[in-house]
Formats: sequence, structure tokens, C-alpha cells
Amino acid sequence: MGLTKQSTGSGVLAPDHFIERSHPGQKIIALAGNPNVGKSTVFNSLTGMRQHTGNWPGKTVSIARGNIVHRGTHFILVDIPGTYSLMANSVEEGVARDFICFGDPDAVIVVTDATCLERNLNLVLQTLEVTRNVVVCVNLMDEARRRKIRIDLEELSRRLGVPVAGTSARSGKGLGKLMDEVQAVTHGRSSLNPPKIGYHEAVESAVSLMEPALKAVLKNRLSARWVALRLLEGEGSILESIRNCLGYDPLSFETVNDSFQKAKEILRENSIGPDLFRDIIVSGIVRKAEEISREVVAVEDPGYNMRDRRIDRILTSRTFGIPIMIALLGVILWLTITGANYPSTLLANSLFWVEDQLTALFAAIGAPAWLHGLLVTGMYRTLSWVVSVMLPPMAIFFPLFTLLEDLGYLPRVAFNLDSFFKKACAHGKQALTMCMGFGCNAAGVVGCRIIDSPRERLIAIITNNFVPCNGRFPTLIAIITMFFAGMIDEPSRTVISALMLTGVILLAVVMTLLVSRILSKTILKGLPSSFALELPPYRKPQVGRILIRSLLDRTLFVLGRAIAVAAPAGLVIWGMANINIGELSLLSHCAGFLDPFARLIGMDGCIIMAFILGFPANEIVIPLVIMSYMATGSMMEFESLIQLRELLVTNGWTWLTAVCVMLFSLMHWPCSTTCLTIKKETQSWKWTIISILVPTAAGVAVCFIVASCARLLGLA
Amino acid sequence: MEQSTALLMEHGQFMPLSFLPAGKKARVRGLMSNGISRRRMLDLGLIQDTEVEALQKSPFGDPAAYLIRGAVIALRLEEASKIMVEAM
Repeated sequence: MGLTKQSTGSGVLAPDHFIERSHPGQKIIALAGNPNVGKSTVFNSLTGMRQHTGNWPGKTVSIARGNIVHRGTHFILVDIPGTYSLMANSVEEGVARDFICFGDPDAVIVVTDATCLERNLNLVLQTLEVTRNVVVCVNLMDEARRRKIRIDLEELSRRLGVPVAGTSARSGKGLGKLMDEVQAVTHGRSSLNPPKIGYHEAVESAVSLMEPALKAVLKNRLSARWVALRLLEGEGSILESIRNCLGYDPLSFETVNDSFQKAKEILRENSIGPDLFRDIIVSGIVRKAEEISREVVAVEDPGYNMRDRRIDRILTSRTFGIPIMIALLGVILWLTITGANYPSTLLANSLFWVEDQLTALFAAIGAPAWLHGLLVTGMYRTLSWVVSVMLPPMAIFFPLFTLLEDLGYLPRVAFNLDSFFKKACAHGKQALTMCMGFGCNAAGVVGCRIIDSPRERLIAIITNNFVPCNGRFPTLIAIITMFFAGMIDEPSRTVISALMLTGVILLAVVMTLLVSRILSKTILKGLPSSFALELPPYRKPQVGRILIRSLLDRTLFVLGRAIAVAAPAGLVIWGMANINIGELSLLSHCAGFLDPFARLIGMDGCIIMAFILGFPANEIVIPLVIMSYMATGSMMEFESLIQLRELLVTNGWTWLTAVCVMLFSLMHWPCSTTCLTIKKETQSWKWTIISILVPTAAGVAVCFIVASCARLLGLA
Repeated sequence: MEQSTALLMEHGQFMPLSFLPAGKKARVRGLMSNGISRRRMLDLGLIQDTEVEALQKSPFGDPAAYLIRGAVIALRLEEASKIMVEAM
């Protein structure tokens, strides 16, 4: 397996555990919490850092940091991965646990969900066993109020023995008070007496037997009680982390080891094995959480959750679940296609008007033809194509997708589709990472961290590229509009386009499942591991914020990438088309070289060239194809996508070419960002290369079969 | 854990959670899984006597959603069949 100990063990983030203070007196605050409690929103609101917040478990994946100054104190806020417990099961949880336990933060903020406090108290109680410097942030107070859930914060604080602050991070409410409490804790002004969780008698006597010896050895570095519990529990990865943190093995001290042996004897006498020991620990914490929750939470209207259940009964019903899902997808695609038309034409008109002006300017200053060609016809025009044809669908699809994410619909998709993933011997959460891939494959690959079995995680990573990302939608839309729906009149044109695109996406999902299954029967053999998927409450999406954030962020990002990638690629294409070696241009040589192979799979050399040059960003593939056809032959002005069809047809495109380009766009190597992300996530060149080869091989095979069949049947 | 499994088998009134019809509630009487799978169930708060409500099945029958300590959790048949419950 490519996931080495180096990449999965606790060692990965070791250097980050000890964050350096930029000036003395700066306090390090860990921001912990269950997944999906708005932790990222708290982090963003406090630090002002922009970060994407998702609505599913484990979205905050890497450790992010931000600086804040509150009433004269400098803080470094460290956003650690969301986790349900400190008894880590996954890599992510391991990172979170190690930071809280060994990162030596000055205080830990545990963010909890007011609408689901009891479950969240587990983590709070476990954290309190490690350190008493804790501030509990009860977030989503607004949501709780809407659901008529009342929480007695004072009583909660009294019972937990640490400060509690109620917040509604989305509107910024309560965050000032939260930081006041954090400051009080870090300055030693709060009285902190967390409750002791009493376990089974035998466990307690075993622990108290070990405590004195441990105390002498640990010298206040870690809580003796906590270390004793972990030693007795005997879970490998945490023991290793303890050794790494201390720099020695506490059991190497004779006093500790003696007491440890005696303590184990007590457990043996009471026939408490490892499983039962763990049961006792977990039950103790869960019962305490239950007890506290009973005292502080009052649900005045239990009917509120019924609304969610009713929605679930429709959205995930046997009859309507799947049709609604497909219909939603279709509607989103239709909105994207329809919505993109107008800005697209507008942008194209203005950008090509600017091109005319630039041409005039170059003529006026008497610039040489090659310079004009290089900068205007090469760089500027490619840039214009990307911005006018590719950007609008991306800028529309992304916020719509984020809206579904914000509502909490994606976990329901995973719930609906899990049965297929199980048959493919894949992890249920792969449906979730697959959905993330629609936004961006690199994000989808990072998202695969929520899958804790290494085998299933690799399958999810390798197959993520089979769903088209935001950058590939415009390519598919352009081709569908040009070749399949273009002849139909409005308004049914956009509907047909949306239907066809929906079909393409269903094909992508089928391929994902098929390849996952093939992988789990061949190089990644194994059975599906256990899984539990949380279906979080539906939440009112923050429409305004989504719009602004995704429109601005996404548009700026694509624009930036267009300048960084499309412009140089345009330059290369133009250069290649105009540098002659012998009789032919360099472009013709290269395209000619690729041509025989390309023909075999239903395309031509120029298209494959464009796919290769499009490695840094998928959205430049179609613009590059157009550029290379233009550079070798007739020039034309852009008026509509339909006109572009003429150019493509002149260059030998048939419906078969269009189909093969779409299939190949769906199935080829991941873009450079995704490849780098895969390398980072798997820590292995082998799996990165396999992630490139698998979709490429699938694409070549499918295109070859489709092209051959069509030709044999005389259809093209 | 073989002991407790045998115990569960003897007492016929316990059944796997996967048998619980939608809309019905039950109390957890024991976990038959072990290792990581058991830990994950415990992390969900599925300890002795925990109340669980079966909510609904997914469109293809598996997984199914359960209400566990205020959270809605989807479990595959493999997991749910290893959680022994007593109907309420």
C-alpha cells in the first residue's frame, strides 16, 4: 500500500505541532470541534481569513492558522481538523488529537453545535481530561433558537468547570465574549475545575495505582491520570505519540513499569480486556455527556426535527430519491447553460472589440507583425476565449453547487448512492468526495481524507477524476451546444443541452463505479470497511455570502489562472504554428506526429495537442483547439458558438469527433493541480502515476471502442 | 467478546438493529463487532441502553438512517446487524 507510515502516522504534521511565536507573550489557541459545527466559520470570523466552509464531516482538512489581536493580547489561532473523539480512528483525527494533547496550546477552544450538544460534549469531556485550559464555544445558537432548543450556558459552565460562550459565528455574535474568556484563561484569571469522570472501580484503582509514579516522571508535562488511562488502554498510535512528545518511554522507568504491571493485574483480576476497557472509558464519557445535557438542554418543540425527517423522507425515498437527485442536477445544469449565454456573448463582444483596438494600436506604432501575432493573436485571443466562453458557466455552476452543499444535501446524495458504492466494494463516503469533484477534482482528492481505510481512500482518489470538474463543464457545454443542440431553436435548446449534459454526468458516475469495482478486484483488493455517515440537519444557506464568495473568489481564481496558464499556452500555440521547420510549422509536425494515434480514437492531432497543453487547466482545451485551427488556416471573428462549429467542421470534425472529445474530456489525465494534490495526499509517485494512467487508459479505450464501432457500422 | 455474544444468543428477545422497522425505537444491548468497527460505533455514543430510532432506508434498501443521540446516522447493513437491540 502506498500510504506509508510516514504519510499516515502521527509524524506527518510533527513540525507543525510546535508553532513558533512571532513575538513573546503571543498565545497559541487550538480551535477544536466535531466536524460540521461551523468551526471554520468561527475561525474565519475571528481571523478574517477566507476559507471554504463545507457542510460535511471532516471538511476542514489541513491545519490552518490565523493571527488575532484581542484587547492587546496577540493570539495565534490554529484550526485543527474536526473530530468526534480524541481516540483517533483516522489520520485526520490523529492530527487533531496530537495537537490538543501534545501541541502544548495555551488554551483550547472546543466549538460545539447548540442543536446537538450532547454528542458534542464527548469531545469537550475528553479534552478536559487532557487539559483544563479549555473554553467551550456553543455555536449555532441562532439555529438552536429557531429550533426552540434552549441551552442554559451558565449551568453548562458550572458543570464543566470551564468558561462557556454562546456564539452565532455566521453573524459574528458572541465572538467578542468568546475571546474575552480565552484571554482570561490564558492569563490565568479563570477558575478552572473540570469534573472528574469516574470510571469503573477496577479502572479507577488501576489508575490511582499508577498516578504517583507517573507524576514523578512526567513533571507536569502531561496529565498523569490521562497518561495512565492511555497506557492501560494500550492503543499503539497514541502510545507512540506520547513517546514522541516526551522524548522517552514512560514505561522505561522502573517505578512506572512496576505500577503498570500491578495495575494490569487488577484489570486482569476483574477480567477487563482491551475491548471492555475501552467500552468502560467510552461509556463513562458518554454517560457524563448525557447527564450534563439533561441538565442544560431543554427542547421546547421536538416537532422541529420532524421537518428535517419529512424532507429526508422525500429526498431519500425509494420512489423519489433518485429521480429528484437527477432532476436537481438537470436543473442546475440548465441554469448554468442558460445563465451563461448572455454574459458569454457580452464578454466575447467586448473582448474582441478590445482586440481590434489592440491591433489598431500595434499598427499605429508600427510594431512588427510577429510581435502583434505573439501578443495579440496568440496570448490575448486565447485569454479572451477562456474568459468569454469558459468563465461564465464556471462562475454560475460553482455558487449553485455550493448552495446545495450549504443546504446539507450532499450527504443525502451519498446516502442515496451508497448501495452502488458498496457493490463496487468502495467506501460510502466516496459518493461525497465524488460530489466534491464536480466543484474541483483537487478539492475532491483532498476530501478523500474523510475515508479512513487506506485501500478505499486510494480508490476514491484514483477515480475522482472521472467526474467532470467545474473547469471541464464549459468544454462539454460548448461541444453539446455546437454539435448536438445547436440546430434546435430556443427555448428547448437549453433544455436539450441540459438533458444531454446530465446524461454525460451519469456516464461519469457509472464509470466511477465501474473503475472502483475493477480496482477493488485487482490492484486494490479488499472488502468494503465499516462506515457511518452523518446526515446533518438542513441549514438555511447563506445565499448572499455564497454568491459573493463564489462569484468573486471563483471568478478571480479563474481569471488569475487564465492569465497564468492560458496566455502562455496561447503564446506556445501561436509560436508553434508560426515557427517553421522545413516546409511545415512546428505545430503541424507535432499534430502530424500525434495524428495517427488520435485518428484511432476518433480525434485529430491538434485536439490531443490541446489536451496535452491543457494539462495546467482543463478550461483552456477548447480555446487551444480553436487557436490551433485558426493559426493554421482561416481567421474568423467570434459571434456565436454555432459559428465556431463551422470552423471545427472545416477542420474535419464530425459528430463522432465531438463525442470522442467529450468522452476524452471526461476521461483523461487529471490537471496538474490535481496531480500535485494526489502526490501530496498519497505520498507516493506510484499512486500518482496510477491516478494518471487509469483515467487515461479508460478514455483511450472507450474512445477507441466508440470510434471503431461507429466506423464499422458506417455511422461516421 | 465471545462471552457476550453467546449471552445475546441465549436471550432471544434481542435482535440486530437492522431488523428494527422504520419509526420504531429500541435500546442497545450489546455490540458484536470488535476492533476499529466497534470503536466507531462507540464514538457514535452506542453504549449499553442507548436509545436508537430507526428512521428510514435509503432508496435501495441499504444503508438505513437511525436517530442516535440527536444525530441522524446512516449505517450499512453490516454495521447495523452487529448492534443488538431490544425493542421498546
